[in-house]
Amino acid sequence: MTPDTPPETPPEPKNRTRWSRIESHLLIAALCAILGFGIVIQVQSTRDGNALATARPADLVVILDGLQRRQDDLNAEIAELQKTLATLRSGGASSQEALAEAQRRAQELAILAGTAVATGPGVSMVMADPAVGVTPEVLLAALQELRNAGAEAVQVGAVRMGVDSSFTGSAGGILADGTALTAPYVILAIGDPPTLTAAMNIPGGVSDTAKRAGGSLVITSRDTVTIDALRPLRTNTYARPAGG
Amino acid sequence: MYAVIALAIGIVVGVLTSPTVPDWLGPYLPIAVVAALDAVLGGLRAKLADTFDAKVFVTSFIANVLVAAFIVFLGDQLGVGSQLSTAVVVVLGIRIFGNAAAIRRHIFKA
Repeated sequence: MTPDTPPETPPEPKNRTRWSRIESHLLIAALCAILGFGIVIQVQSTRDGNALATARPADLVVILDGLQRRQDDLNAEIAELQKTLATLRSGGASSQEALAEAQRRAQELAILAGTAVATGPGVSMVMADPAVGVTPEVLLAALQELRNAGAEAVQVGAVRMGVDSSFTGSAGGILADGTALTAPYVILAIGDPPTLTAAMNIPGGVSDTAKRAGGSLVITSRDTVTIDALRPLRTNTYARPAGG
Repeated sequence: MYAVIALAIGIVVGVLTSPTVPDWLGPYLPIAVVAALDAVLGGLRAKLADTFDAKVFVTSFIANVLVAAFIVFLGDQLGVGSQLSTAVVVVLGIRIFGNAAAIRRHIFKA
């Protein structure tokens, strides 16, 4: 059977017929051709990946088992990633809402603090002072009356009124937050115009006080009042937000 | 020389026709190919040793292929087909290496 062992029978004599030599050569060639053919089709079937079709059932079971395990792993991974995706999505949405809310609050606070231009319905008042009798107290009363009536932004002359605004000086030389005001005093306020007008005109109110001081007060309701004077942003040195 | 040409012709025919392996032949073809490779290398070694005999070559080629395929078939019937295929491949691989070493000694004298 093995080709490398010497033949058991002595080599055939050299006088064998030519036909027999050709025949054996053809046979050898045919076997070699079959070998080449077999190699090629085996290589091709392996490369085509249809080795599964000819694999043994036991091997197929092992392969199937491996595939199922891998599928389970991948499914678990998919579930994990989907959970992460959902978490990130909801987190992104809620943080976006929080950002929008914070921006809205920041704008409201900017108007309250006087660091943003405000516009809206309101009143425009001109307090003339021909007798130079309007004292800082009159303007302070007007500001407080406006605040009580719900004014959300107030400007006196070129000075935006804030939480720490003050009127100092004396009649004819009134300072608002350190800035000199000149008569006639123009007061702009954003709020409900009828309410503000009524608050100014109540008996013994601002209007009466101005008249007593020798001045006059003209109130004009407007659909759009723009308060464009700004206060510098004050940074707190000691106070810090506490908690959430 | 004609054997090499015939091998090349077989390869070309296989590439051109690219047939599909029948299902029943699937497990045996690779083993048969390895066995035939062993027989061919053995023949080449005998040729170089001037002990080549066409009858022995043809007989050993066919017997090699049939015995290898039969062993795998038997293994499949016994339920140890893949293990026996591995065993056959290992044995044939060792023989191929031995034949290749003998051929190398003949060609390079080393």
